[in-house]
Amino acid sequence: MAAEPHARRLSSPTNEPPAVRWLLILIGLLFMGLFLVLPLYAVFAEALKQGVGAYLQSLQNADAQSAIRLTLLVAAIAVPLNVVFGICASWAIAKFEFKGKAFLITLIDLPFSVSPVISGLVYVLLFGTGSLLGPWLKSYGIEILFAVPGIVLATIFVTFPFVARELIPLMQDQGNGDEEAALSLGASGWQTFWRVTLPNIKWGLLYGVLLCNARAMGEFGAVAVVSGKIRGQTTTMPLQVEMFYNEYQGTAAFALASLLALLALVTLVLKTVLEWRFGDELAATGRGH
Amino acid sequence: MTGSGRFRQPSVIPGFGLTFGFTITYFSLIILIPLAALVFRSTGLGWSGFWAAASDPRVVASLRTSFVTALIAAGVNVVFGTLIAWVLVRYRFPGRRIFDAMVDLPFALPTAVAGIALTAIYAPNGFIGQLVAPLGWRIAYTPVGIVIAMIFIGLPFVVRTIQPILEEISKEVEEVSATLGANRFQTISRVLLPSLVPAILTGFALAFARAVGEYGSVIFIAGNIPFVSEIAPLLIVIRLEEFAYAGAAVIATVMLLISFVMLFIINLIQAWSRRRYGYGS
Amino acid sequence: MEVRVENVRKEFDRFPALHDVSLDIRSGELIALLGPSGSGKTTLLRLIAGLERPTAGKIFFGDEDASEKSVQERNIGFVFQHYALFRHMTILENVSFGLKVRPRSSRPPAGEIRRRALELLDLVQLSGLEKRYPSQLSGGQRQRVALARALAIEPRVLLLDEPFGALDAQVRRELRKWLREIHDRTGHTTVFVTHDQEEALELADRLCVMSQGRIEQVGSPDSVYDTPSSPFVFGFIGESSELPVTVEKGDIWLGDRPIGIAGSGAQGPARLFFRPHDIELVEGDAALAGVVATSRRVGGTRRVELDIGGAAHRVEIDLPFDHPAGERSQIAFRPKRWKLFPAA
Repeated sequence: MAAEPHARRLSSPTNEPPAVRWLLILIGLLFMGLFLVLPLYAVFAEALKQGVGAYLQSLQNADAQSAIRLTLLVAAIAVPLNVVFGICASWAIAKFEFKGKAFLITLIDLPFSVSPVISGLVYVLLFGTGSLLGPWLKSYGIEILFAVPGIVLATIFVTFPFVARELIPLMQDQGNGDEEAALSLGASGWQTFWRVTLPNIKWGLLYGVLLCNARAMGEFGAVAVVSGKIRGQTTTMPLQVEMFYNEYQGTAAFALASLLALLALVTLVLKTVLEWRFGDELAATGRGH
Repeated sequence: MTGSGRFRQPSVIPGFGLTFGFTITYFSLIILIPLAALVFRSTGLGWSGFWAAASDPRVVASLRTSFVTALIAAGVNVVFGTLIAWVLVRYRFPGRRIFDAMVDLPFALPTAVAGIALTAIYAPNGFIGQLVAPLGWRIAYTPVGIVIAMIFIGLPFVVRTIQPILEEISKEVEEVSATLGANRFQTISRVLLPSLVPAILTGFALAFARAVGEYGSVIFIAGNIPFVSEIAPLLIVIRLEEFAYAGAAVIATVMLLISFVMLFIINLIQAWSRRRYGYGS
Repeated sequence: MEVRVENVRKEFDRFPALHDVSLDIRSGELIALLGPSGSGKTTLLRLIAGLERPTAGKIFFGDEDASEKSVQERNIGFVFQHYALFRHMTILENVSFGLKVRPRSSRPPAGEIRRRALELLDLVQLSGLEKRYPSQLSGGQRQRVALARALAIEPRVLLLDEPFGALDAQVRRELRKWLREIHDRTGHTTVFVTHDQEEALELADRLCVMSQGRIEQVGSPDSVYDTPSSPFVFGFIGESSELPVTVEKGDIWLGDRPIGIAGSGAQGPARLFFRPHDIELVEGDAALAGVVATSRRVGGTRRVELDIGGAAHRVEIDLPFDHPAGERSQIAFRPKRWKLFPAA
């Protein structure tokens, strides 16, 4: 700016003096560096402490491999189921008026306010010794606890609000107009859904799936309780990380953890990209969970 | 909502039966029935049994540890979270967008990974543990470690709750405050911060609620010493491993009750602020 | 307090919002900065306030060069279009704010602050509402609170930025009258920005008409209306019709017909401006002859749109609603009062 000789001496009425500004920025960055960046760095630093060779080797460890497979399997079941639930729930809530709607919406947020350990505990109580269902199912040869089904159930519990929470405000914002128009043109319910609704919500859906998946693969507390931690069979990646750690196999623990950290970073990047580019096609509550 | 006595308003859109039915079924199977089992089991002891289990000294100590550390961590998060939200919204500096995205890291990072990473840093031979050891401070394996872990996971709740409110504050309000003669400090302390109070309270409550129930990030860095650094979720797990299911159910019920109270308070705060300040009106 | 704007220029990132603007505002007057959006009127207001700094030029409050002073030091009162009330404070606290933030040396005691604030609320006819919050008031009430808040600090100049823009028509009209009354009572030098020329004509002692960062004309409502100094002002204030004409030997011609009015000044092409009601119907050749395109009754007059010169130009004229000419399909007329401007 050309000639502002007087102006430079006075600060704008809506800004702090530069010194204050930079001090605040510095404090903020230091705090974030300490609490956010440092732990992330530590994961990779510890994983590679003994060299890249040891790192790669520990990832090929049989227990690590089975943990990875199990995690992927659980996510592959839990996420699609929660997607179906999320779509159904948001369709019912956004397109219709019925009594108890607000109550239902509040209930959907329930898993967020419950400790993960409790989320797992409820399934132990339901299917464990002393329960009704457990022995009954066992007599049919169906094991829930200390087996994959239990892990899937617990994972579904903790991740089930994610997709619904994204879609409900989004579909409420979008209203019924498009669907009513399609119906008036002769489309069937299913056609309307596939050709009209789904394209409208696709970015919100993707966002919800992203968060749901990250949580599904990373869930620890709930799964720890129901899995029985049987090596090679019911340990997901987070559980295996704990196991390696408790057995003083630091490199193995951090190596596996680094994979999860990479997943977290990819999730963050994709999430940010979605927020920037499709911000108005995401829920009004895009930020903050 | 619905004026007449009907359950739902008629509508042109199809699929209510299907979607609503599936929703309720899924919800019941996954959420409601298991939770009912929890309540059922914990009442299995009868009132006196329930009370005895709930007031067991070790249980009380673990609840106290969980709640006190969560309170402290939420308090720290409110101070620094507000500052970070301010800095991210109002200032421009290199790397701002990256830091803004990083605030969500605790949401995305699995808790066990956070747990071992934090322990690695704050253990006596860790990066920071080493720095403070000469001062006679120990962070990991003490309640301080618990607080650190809870700060990590609670930070995004505060920042993300405050950011949208800050972004919404119109410049005109600050300008008008300046025209009335207020200096920058007065404008911030009398005009801007007070209007953030509802968001700050909500962020505090959310961070607190999350920290109380946290397990994975905490158990590695906590000492897990009963009566000193043992958190309530850990005690639940221990009881489960002892097959003392009823005892575990009792602790869980107490925790749940307190969580519901917190949720209720959050809703009250939000309703109050909407009435008072006309937010969202 | 008089305000003098001297050769002020303002650029935002190379975009010139104001080009070399000078204006003398007399003490105690109510002056309107009037113009379409983009004319720079709000920028000028904000420069006077100190919310922006001029790229070049100076602003004087009385004899003092205010360009050096921060907005806090200038002691001005500012009212925004969207009220900018402090949502978390009661009405009383809002109005008292300016007094409460004064440094201890110049701060009145708490009792005095309260008294003054209540007095001002009385002045703006909102007594009894002091414990309410802004969200509980209507738009018109909020704007009155904003004004009371600005007046509380006894400003040297009162600045209002489209103060009634956010209100609906009825409330706007009421508040206009009310603002004039307040001004007459308190006597503050007041500058207000508006794009509504009706509002400016009704309220202001003087108008400052602006367009594209420049001042087109400054004058009383009558002088701006009756003797506009530029095509822009003629077209912006009141209603007008424009025709491209030629001045030849002292007569004004449209195409190949003389209109029957004399034109002084340079020969050659020019722009003729007149107002729809400043016309007289004539017979004969030396006139503006047109074919009626539309004819609408508006209140007590009839508004007729005429195509002149075979649909090449369209003008509007007003006739009394029951005039027989209103039935005709062709009308010839001459402007009684008009203005000629050089061709663009």
